[in-house]
Amino acid sequence: MKEWINAHRQALMQVLKKLRAAPLANLIMAGVIGATLSLPAGLYLLIDNLSVAANGIETEPQLTLFLALDAPAETVKDLDRRLRAHPDVSEFHFLGRDAAWQALQEKSGLTDALGDLEKNPLPDAFVIHARNADPATIEAMQREFSGWPHVEHAQLDAAWVKRLYALLQLGNKVVLILAGLLGFALVAIIGNTIRMQILTQREEIEVSKLIGATDRFIRRPFLYAGTLHGLVGGITAWAILYAALYAFNLSVDDLARLYASDFRLRPLGLEASLLLVCCSALLGWLGSYWAVSRYLSHLERA
Amino acid sequence: MIKFDAVTKRYPGGHEALKAVSFEIGKGEMMFITGHSGAGKSTLLKLAAAIERPTSGTILVNGQNVGKMSRAGLPYVRRNFGLIFQDHKLLYDRNAFDNVALPLAIGGVTGREAGKRVRAALDKVGLLPRERAMPITLSGGEQQRLAIARAIVSRPAILLADEPTGNLDANYASDIMALFRSFNEVGVTVLLATHDAGSAASGRVLHLDHGVMVL
Repeated sequence: MKEWINAHRQALMQVLKKLRAAPLANLIMAGVIGATLSLPAGLYLLIDNLSVAANGIETEPQLTLFLALDAPAETVKDLDRRLRAHPDVSEFHFLGRDAAWQALQEKSGLTDALGDLEKNPLPDAFVIHARNADPATIEAMQREFSGWPHVEHAQLDAAWVKRLYALLQLGNKVVLILAGLLGFALVAIIGNTIRMQILTQREEIEVSKLIGATDRFIRRPFLYAGTLHGLVGGITAWAILYAALYAFNLSVDDLARLYASDFRLRPLGLEASLLLVCCSALLGWLGSYWAVSRYLSHLERA
Repeated sequence: MIKFDAVTKRYPGGHEALKAVSFEIGKGEMMFITGHSGAGKSTLLKLAAAIERPTSGTILVNGQNVGKMSRAGLPYVRRNFGLIFQDHKLLYDRNAFDNVALPLAIGGVTGREAGKRVRAALDKVGLLPRERAMPITLSGGEQQRLAIARAIVSRPAILLADEPTGNLDANYASDIMALFRSFNEVGVTVLLATHDAGSAASGRVLHLDHGVMVL
């Protein structure tokens, strides 16, 4: 165990010494990785903020149940009981056909035209607010309510919510694809950097192998180097995002004040930030592992 | 300690560097491999040190068949040997001390213990005053001695040296040869390849001619 710690400490010291020797090159490296990662992370941030905004304006999608015109009188009581017991319903109110008729006449100013109708054409209705804005739940509710007796029609008032959610979901997929592609690019970038380092240390590796170094011994400092590149790059990406957000919020503040709103873009959460940095470090590790393995198997063949 | 049994090495392209070579070297023995250049001396040493694998035949080191050994096991076999290469293979990006410390780092020895052993090895070859010198500033003979210090620092049971006196003048060469004899006297098995039959005057000799053993 002591030996193991010692070996790792030794490799890390060696790497830190090398990194210190070329500060500018490493700074540029961190910048490249940071810029690469800040793209998908920034897009994620944007979509995350949009989702939050969407949640704010949702006003909970409404469902309206229209009863059949010939529904018996006790139907209203029956439905009232059912809705009260339903777990997904947050609140609802009954809209009687007479009240609705009166309201329509008053509001529309079409009293004359409507007055010509011999009888009230409106059905009784329930206006229902769902507890949960999730489109799948609301659709399920809509289906369920349509099946209840004497319900003529259950209408979903917020189809646009569904569309917005679909768009946000699409955005999330774009983030995933972009992250995947750029992650691959990062592995290649870091792998290539490590490959260059390997080439400058070719003799050392060759001699070490000849006098009994294991592959693990040879790989260790490069894995540390790659992981450190990734780690610093991830932190740089986070800093880039933070700075961009700060600049953005300065303008948003002015705008929001004009509209008397307190809307601001939220920074990356703790979990997302950790994920960003850890993923970056992992990609660095992966890139260097790949580079060293390729070189070692090349040595084996030679 | 090392046993070759009908060992043949054929390189890609068909060149046979060694043809059915058999010999055995016991613990604490000193043996010279002589022959013209290209006779297969280096190949023999590389096979013994498990750097290359034989095409046919078996090589036993401490009873282990190194030709059949897994890739993962090879590094540990190689640590039995102190290797001195024809071209030194010193690392020119670090000083004498750090060059000698490399085998210890590979073996997991670092810190003060490593420092003690590195200095002991440098002292043994007479380079202690130059421990901070870069290899490029050392003379040919000093570089050779530095390579020897690196080979002995992890106290291997077997020393394999490929033309250790190759590019040195006669005075230096006899110094180096005396060094090897002193190692042998304290029980280290020594296998030396040399094209110079004169330096092999005392000791067991295995002569190679175009890869064939000549007794």
